Amino acid sequence: MVYERHLKEFLDASNITVGDIIRLEKEDISYTGMLLEKPDYSNENTIIIKMDSGYNVGVDINGAKVEKIEEHNKPHIELDPVDRQLSDEKDNVTILSTGGTVASVIDYKTGAVHPAFTADDLLRATPELVDYANINAKAIFNILSENMTPQLWMQTAEEVYNEINDGADGVVIAHGTDTMHYTASALSFMLDTPVPVVITGAQRSSDRPSSDAFMNLTSSIVASKSDIAEVLICMHSTEDDTYCSLNRGNRARKMHTSRRDTFKSINMDPIAYVENNDVKINDPQVKYNKRGELPLMLNNNLADKVALVKMYPGVTDELINMYVDKGYDGIVLEGTGLGHCPDNMFNAITRAKDENIPVVITSQCLYGRTNLNVYSSGRRLLQENVIPVGDMIPETAYTKLLWAAGQSDNIDEIRSIMQTNLKGEMDKTLSQQYFIKQ
Amino acid sequence: MAEDKFDYEKLGLKMGLEIHQQLDSQTKLFCRCPNSLTDKDPEITLYRRLRPTQSELGEIDRAAYEESQRNLQFLYQAYTHHTCLVEADEEPPHPLNMEAVDISIILASLMNMKVVDEFHTMRKQVIDGSNTSGFQRTGILATDGYVETEYGNVTIETLGLEEDAARRIGEEDGMVVFRLDRLGIPLAEITTSPDMHNPLQVQQVAYQLGQILRSTKVKRGLGTIRQDLNISIKEGARVEIKGVQDLDLMPTMVENEVERQLNLIDISRILQDRDASVETTIHDITDLLKDTESKVIQSIIQSPTNEVKPTAVLAIKLRGFKGLIGREIQPGKRLGTEFSEHGKKMGVNGLFHTDELPAYGVTQQEVDTINEKLDITGNDAFILVAGEEQKAYNALQEVIKRAQQAIIGVPEQTRKALDNGNTEYLRPLPTASRMYVETDIPTVIIDKQHVVEIAANLPELPYIKQERIQKQYNLSEDLASQLVHRNQADLFEEIKEQLPNMDSVKIASDIVYTIKDLKRDNYDTSKLTTSLLVEIFKLVEDDIIPAAETEVVIKDACNDITPMESVKRNNLKKLDENVIKEAIDEIINENIEMIQQRKMGAMSPLMGKAMAKFQGKADGQMVSNLIKDAIMKNMN
Repeated sequence: MVYERHLKEFLDASNITVGDIIRLEKEDISYTGMLLEKPDYSNENTIIIKMDSGYNVGVDINGAKVEKIEEHNKPHIELDPVDRQLSDEKDNVTILSTGGTVASVIDYKTGAVHPAFTADDLLRATPELVDYANINAKAIFNILSENMTPQLWMQTAEEVYNEINDGADGVVIAHGTDTMHYTASALSFMLDTPVPVVITGAQRSSDRPSSDAFMNLTSSIVASKSDIAEVLICMHSTEDDTYCSLNRGNRARKMHTSRRDTFKSINMDPIAYVENNDVKINDPQVKYNKRGELPLMLNNNLADKVALVKMYPGVTDELINMYVDKGYDGIVLEGTGLGHCPDNMFNAITRAKDENIPVVITSQCLYGRTNLNVYSSGRRLLQENVIPVGDMIPETAYTKLLWAAGQSDNIDEIRSIMQTNLKGEMDKTLSQQYFIKQ
Repeated sequence: MAEDKFDYEKLGLKMGLEIHQQLDSQTKLFCRCPNSLTDKDPEITLYRRLRPTQSELGEIDRAAYEESQRNLQFLYQAYTHHTCLVEADEEPPHPLNMEAVDISIILASLMNMKVVDEFHTMRKQVIDGSNTSGFQRTGILATDGYVETEYGNVTIETLGLEEDAARRIGEEDGMVVFRLDRLGIPLAEITTSPDMHNPLQVQQVAYQLGQILRSTKVKRGLGTIRQDLNISIKEGARVEIKGVQDLDLMPTMVENEVERQLNLIDISRILQDRDASVETTIHDITDLLKDTESKVIQSIIQSPTNEVKPTAVLAIKLRGFKGLIGREIQPGKRLGTEFSEHGKKMGVNGLFHTDELPAYGVTQQEVDTINEKLDITGNDAFILVAGEEQKAYNALQEVIKRAQQAIIGVPEQTRKALDNGNTEYLRPLPTASRMYVETDIPTVIIDKQHVVEIAANLPELPYIKQERIQKQYNLSEDLASQLVHRNQADLFEEIKEQLPNMDSVKIASDIVYTIKDLKRDNYDTSKLTTSLLVEIFKLVEDDIIPAAETEVVIKDACNDITPMESVKRNNLKKLDENVIKEAIDEIINENIEMIQQRKMGAMSPLMGKAMAKFQGKADGQMVSNLIKDAIMKNMN
């Protein structure tokens, strides 16, 4: 934030701009240091000075006199250029940066962590990455992941497609963690990929010495050179800086607001782990697409609007009626338990059926599969043509329905797509192993 | 005090103090975990790595960079209930602890400082592992104060409020182990200006600051206060000596550091005269020493881990350094020792240099071959390091840097205080660029009215308080001093306020001695609230129990037995005066003959009989008076 109104007048009167060394004199105290930009949470009468010791203090200008000591020396981030050290011996890996914590820097304008790095900056701040591959870095967006949209997923899929088409042996996507699993899931349906597409991020921003970004990034590069040709989420497996999990992109979920090991595979275990620059397959009996198995294909037609609605005691059918009224292309319900809705929802669900809007049901339990045959309310949902999708997690059902409704208007075809395992997003059998271990 | 060894004034000696004191708030600075250490076995272990990053000014701090070169890995010990995700760097910090802010405002006011308008929490990069985040959270709360000394006022430049670091437990499998219990304990950091010129003045300021700190809610005991000394002479450089424990050692420490700087200045002059230089090439001389008799080098070359981590003997050439590496610069420490300390930071065990060879099994012949290989002639010298190749290489890089500084003069450094008054290299002085803003913690706007209110109710300094209570309550110097030093003067005064007629000495000595003894014997003295103690002393004031019996009641109170119950259980109640009189009459009647024979000489045996009978439940003075009267009456 810049200084405004009376603060601006106060500074302008002495011809002072951000970066100048100034002395501020008050009745009984004076401060000398560099004028910093104003964080938005600071008091309206306060200017921020960085003293010689490196400390910032906020000084109220009430009764203060200011004097300029030294002209403008605006601080800026400058990194040494990195020699990319291209070589035929190494794999070609593209890093696409979308913003988020893995690629962020302190923005002292607002005092917040901002996704301000370009992918190239990221590479320069992490020069050791060039040891792993011929790195081609590219910033496609610069947004916080809560601002991701299906339109941006479509664009991302196209970028990935182009990179692979241009010869990338693997693609790494730097992404904010909040909605990483939505993007991963959407990409898994839009792309048939012959190479790994690895999405990664950080829970501690990359401006910190303790950031998980570095291990996540290097592990992702290692994963992108492996033979697991799927959309993967690569993040810390545990709270330790020892190894990362490679989670199937449409099976993982952010399960903790702040821990490094926030991403967990639901209803399966991670496909593999990356430890000491080595990919270790977790369970050889779990199938995955191998490198080169699928020919490269892009199908990024997504429907315009799909809703994700949670069922809870007290929920009313107004929600569903509104989506029907607004012409949504589909609705995913996060049902209770095995996949249930309260009785008062049925009129609206019938309306959706009459309007030819697919209604998919998942479970807010996350773990386990839906089964609408056990209780009468489930059987009633089946009569209303609601589409149960087994052990698919709600977020994946949401992205898949966007994709399915982008492929067809025919509700039977959509049902068939939704209930067919396309990219490992669902399974007919569930192991005891695949539940929270406590 | 002996005469100073040096003319400090002429040398332009300047000193400053930096004191870190743990505050005794309920919870930690940035999370609500208990503000205390624990000796329990760790319940959770975390393995982490750190790497330096850029600050908002785009520079990497030199101290942080050097630490990263060591490529250290860290193990953190954590607990289910004693620590939380914040200390583990797994959750953003909570807002600043305002109790700690208030304690700091009291300190600021006692040091005549100006409190800032807005407190901004900063991140100070520290990547030695002592902070899980790789930075210490810290901020400036007040500036520009002073304390008075007999040498004149000393400026207090800043008062910082910051989090304490994790507690270093030891090393395990090449990893440094830290415990998270200490991480986040609030610390006040007091920095004086570096304008003290006499070691005695520094001592006095340290004492004064100690008094000020102890008048507020600060932690007491080992490790709760840490003192650093900044020191420089005109032609030397600023050196920060960390962890000066013993104030009495300060003059020796100053002397040794001045001696060190003078020697380094002298060495640099000689090196400049000789046109000395340090070659940056690092030579592999493993082959030259593969058949050496030196056990140290042989054991490294033959190391069984050689396959995984290759070892080597590496050497560098220092032009014009001969004779100076072996020169003593502090009692028992040579320039070579300093080189070695720099090398050791990179994980090697030590180094050999020209001035000490041949020795340690390295023969003159081997020295000659090394000299030949490195083209060592005249005043040239070499340094060799044996160890894991990468570590040895990094170590020599550090030695090269230190040797280059030796040509220029005294390098700015952070050094560690040793018990013998010497110091040892820790790291370069940190630069301002290690600071950047902590974005996870909102700015705290300091309410000026609140500061004024705090300043109007400042606590008494301990020595003033001691003088006052000694006089006001007619206590001995020992009791007054113990009350103040044990931080129990307030408790004493609260009890006195409610029981103004109760004997002050009795209250004070029970607080200082009785309760201390019970605590030592593992009684839970934390149960002794002020109101409970008032209730107990009131029993004495109301003449219900004899003064000597309070110990029993206090002891019971530690075990949740109420004072009344205790009096009943232990049968402590004083006897009624009539009962006493009757009993004494009885004794007199039984001993009437003795009284008539021995007159007042019967006093003592009768007193003995009476007191045995009352078993402490009668006031001695009263019994004595009654017997005396009865003897007088019955003498004739």
